[in-house]
Amino acid sequence: MHTKTIHEIRELINKGEVSCVELTKNALDRINKIDDKIGAFLQIDEEGAINKAKEVDEKIRRGEEVSFLAGIPMAIKDNICVEGLKTTCASKMLENFVAPYDAHVTKLLKQNDAVILGKLNMDEFAMGSSSENSAFKKVRNPYDLERVPGGSSGGSAAAVAAGEAYYTLGSDTGGSIRQPASLCGVVGLKPTYGRVSRYGLVAFASSLDQIGPFTKDVEDCAHVLKAIAGYDEMDSTSAKKEVEDYTKYLNKDIKGLRIGIPKEYFAEGLNDDVRKEIENAIEVLRKLGAEIKEISLPMSKYALAVYYILASSEASSNLARFDGIRYGYRAKEFEDVVDLYVKSRSQGFGDEVKRRIMLGTYALSAGYYDAYYKKALKVRTLIINEYKKAFEDVDVILTPTSPTVAFKIGEKSNNPLEMYLSDIYTVPINIAGVPAISIPAGFVGGLPVGMQLIGNYFDEGTLIKVGHAFERETEFSKVRPSI
Amino acid sequence: MEFEAIIGLEVHAELSTKTKIYCGCTTEFGGEQNTHCCPVCMGLPGALPVLNKEVVTYAMKAGLALNCEINKETYMARKNYFYPDCPKNYQITQDETPLCTNGYIEITTDEGVKRIGIQRIHIEEDAGKALHREDGTYVDFNRSGVPLIEIVSKPDMRTPQEAKMYLENLKAILQYTEVSDCKMEEGSLRCDANVSVRPKGSTEFGVKTEIKNMNSFKAVEKAIEYEIKRQIEAIKRGEKIVQETRRWDEAKGETVVMRSKEEAHDYRYFPEPDMVYLVVDDAWIENVKNTLPELPDKKRARYISEYGLPEYDASILTSSKALAVYFEDVVKEGASPKDASNWIMGEVLRTLNDREMSIEDIKVQPKHLAKLIELINNGTITGTIAKKVFKDMFESGDDPEKIVKEKGMVQISDENAIRDIVNKVLDENPQSVADYKAGKTKAMGFIVGQVMKASKGKANPQLVNKLVEEELQKR
Amino acid sequence: MSVTIRDVEYVAKLARLEFTEEQKQKFTEDLNGILNYVEMLKEVDTENVEISIGAYRVENALREDVVKPSFDREALLKNAPDAQEGFVKVPKVIE
Ligand SMILES: [Zn+2]
Repeated sequence: MHTKTIHEIRELINKGEVSCVELTKNALDRINKIDDKIGAFLQIDEEGAINKAKEVDEKIRRGEEVSFLAGIPMAIKDNICVEGLKTTCASKMLENFVAPYDAHVTKLLKQNDAVILGKLNMDEFAMGSSSENSAFKKVRNPYDLERVPGGSSGGSAAAVAAGEAYYTLGSDTGGSIRQPASLCGVVGLKPTYGRVSRYGLVAFASSLDQIGPFTKDVEDCAHVLKAIAGYDEMDSTSAKKEVEDYTKYLNKDIKGLRIGIPKEYFAEGLNDDVRKEIENAIEVLRKLGAEIKEISLPMSKYALAVYYILASSEASSNLARFDGIRYGYRAKEFEDVVDLYVKSRSQGFGDEVKRRIMLGTYALSAGYYDAYYKKALKVRTLIINEYKKAFEDVDVILTPTSPTVAFKIGEKSNNPLEMYLSDIYTVPINIAGVPAISIPAGFVGGLPVGMQLIGNYFDEGTLIKVGHAFERETEFSKVRPSI
Repeated sequence: MEFEAIIGLEVHAELSTKTKIYCGCTTEFGGEQNTHCCPVCMGLPGALPVLNKEVVTYAMKAGLALNCEINKETYMARKNYFYPDCPKNYQITQDETPLCTNGYIEITTDEGVKRIGIQRIHIEEDAGKALHREDGTYVDFNRSGVPLIEIVSKPDMRTPQEAKMYLENLKAILQYTEVSDCKMEEGSLRCDANVSVRPKGSTEFGVKTEIKNMNSFKAVEKAIEYEIKRQIEAIKRGEKIVQETRRWDEAKGETVVMRSKEEAHDYRYFPEPDMVYLVVDDAWIENVKNTLPELPDKKRARYISEYGLPEYDASILTSSKALAVYFEDVVKEGASPKDASNWIMGEVLRTLNDREMSIEDIKVQPKHLAKLIELINNGTITGTIAKKVFKDMFESGDDPEKIVKEKGMVQISDENAIRDIVNKVLDENPQSVADYKAGKTKAMGFIVGQVMKASKGKANPQLVNKLVEEELQKR
Repeated sequence: MSVTIRDVEYVAKLARLEFTEEQKQKFTEDLNGILNYVEMLKEVDTENVEISIGAYRVENALREDVVKPSFDREALLKNAPDAQEGFVKVPKVIE
């Protein structure tokens, strides 16, 4: 059962072959059985999940029409608020923080009768690319337990790959959905900035953060995106654009669709085996009738530098509220209120979080603002312009999601810069704010390789269309790890 | 060497919106602690700000009333600092792009009308309230997120009196436009001062200090006065003025150091990424312009030219919107502007002052004051009685006609009745009659007084005068 | 630009963080490494380039001035390490 997709399960429910309670118990059993090894869950809400499943079964019994996602067990990254459950951000700082309200996406999921199994592990405050930075436990890659699942939404990716949840939500600031999706062999979508409300997502970098789904295949992705997208009056940066029915982009042909291949994304630093898999994927799309064009995005090489300044600066300010006063960790001993701040924050935050707060504080401090932050905001404009221009000539841009397959746990944890480089292909997309999806597109040494499709602003539909065409032609999305 | 002071003021005024600047919580004053709060104004993880449209309208209204230019495209910024009453540990304000710039206020000094420049007006949120008790600091976030405008003057003032006048005019304008109720006691108007001194004639600025914690206009005046003196004396002693923040200690009557420049904040301003551009178009600005009421300057001029009031009276009557409205209502109810002005400048303000009350608290309705004036003018009551009636009205809020009737205060204008009283008084005071006959005209005043007293103030004074004279002649 | 231990100490103070001498050393190295990398932005000509606040331009996300019910105080304060009489309590602050 746990290897099935949402659309397969929906059919079983509709036929009456499985009840939501069975399904939920099944998922909880699966979690109990294997999560010791994976480490994807930080919190499991057994009672809440079963109750919701019963409620949906009852609705179905009464013959009520239910949503496509109704009764399907799912889980949420632990930086998104679910009222009454802890939202820890995998940090000692919020170890005991119980969210008093629902995030906008949580509200939407509840309206869709989603069965929420629990909260998912991640890099502390979404800062990291390996999910090794959780204050509580590491997440492991279901394809190889000695390897990282990617990050920061490692728990969200691993839970779907390992069949612990049928879909999950993550957040993506510089690749935190797409890179772990790639490393775990699942589909992960970062919507256009503003497509999904950030209200209730604990902010890392406000101008880059976006919530998105993890699913086993593109078809499921279309359904989940449809449920969570939409305008929210509580988020000033949320787009007033109407939500499309993304499922209408399924089962379409892609003849004549123009796909851009930016040469900068296939240069030095890209693992040769990964390159070959992506080139094969390009061939598949060419055979389906897509027009493949080489393009150039020269500003991309500055994206990572822009990202580290903007993300760290915003984070340094966003994380100032964690001070041990209104909520969160408070040091046991302190001399005065300043000492209370210093001790609580120094004890409550992990090293990577502190590193980014320090970098961001430095970049914003007197005398450096123009050289770093303002400069980065200007280069951001140039990167945005470059993407806008590129989309005048192509419908979709295709790149590898990550330069390598999943790396070994501990391999990069001592060198922050090297770790940061694993986001090199995903970061520019957050800078530009366009949507992108990572789709399973091959294997190297038994480890998944992801291909990234980048779309124009609010053109998630085309990503679904191309991704689904690829998926129908290949078997990669049907592979499950042997755990 | 003679010195001159350079004074600039930063005024924070709370806007009269119903809700906070970034969330829908009420701005009502005085709720139980932390009951006017939500995830947004409490700075909970994941909560986001959404700008209250009315805040922009009010701020533009203030800007237009203060002769500012409106900046059509602005954005919010974060000001980062840690303090327990600041829930996010940053304040959402405006930095590089204030909504209004480059305005002025006019004040009237001994040398004539002087323009005090306004550098900028920007919108921002207020912090919570920290109550310092023996065992710790208790924080109430009800005020957190209440909308403010910060009005920064240019360093154009030279004396504490000018600073006070600037504040008085500013307050009147903010009240007229209903941008703020400007209640200093509720913290809805706050003022910091930047003060420096330099040798007279010099064009360079001296090192300035910032003074905080002044809780009334009087305190602002006193604190600036103290600070100027302190700085001049220090310079005369050969000391250097250091850039620092000082606190006004009302009890001691002096400014004391709060923090020096070395401890000054590094606020790390940057554009607020949770919010978007604020763009105001001509139509919006025009709309706001159309809602601007007659401002104090214009009103004062009109009172002088149209009503013929003396300049002093016109200034007082226009010094607060509430007072001007009261005055105009009394006129609307039929009193002549001069009578209305005389009564308000006299009895009304005197009684309010005695009771430490303001015009907003008065029970006497404008139509009742107009009627009281009418009762005097048509001879129903005397001026003396009117004062008594007013006292009664002030306490009870009753209709003067009713008071006059119930207490039998109607003026006696019956000649025979008054003549009887006059003769009775003359009979009882032969000495005064003799004095009068001996040429001591003062005695007449005494007799008139006695007659008024005997009539309980009800006798028509003109008649009394006439009849006393007539009867004295007869004796 | 090169970050010194003194810079790290200054920034730590601003950020309300404290570090051991060893950590300060490590952070100085880390920050220098990252800032070195970021130096590449200098080669980009941004002479007449406007800043971008956000990924694309959005104007006027505004709310009407209508009161919404506030939150239940218990719910808001239940995560507070020290809440008393409906207040949030902190060690005495001296101005
Ligand atoms: Zn609120």
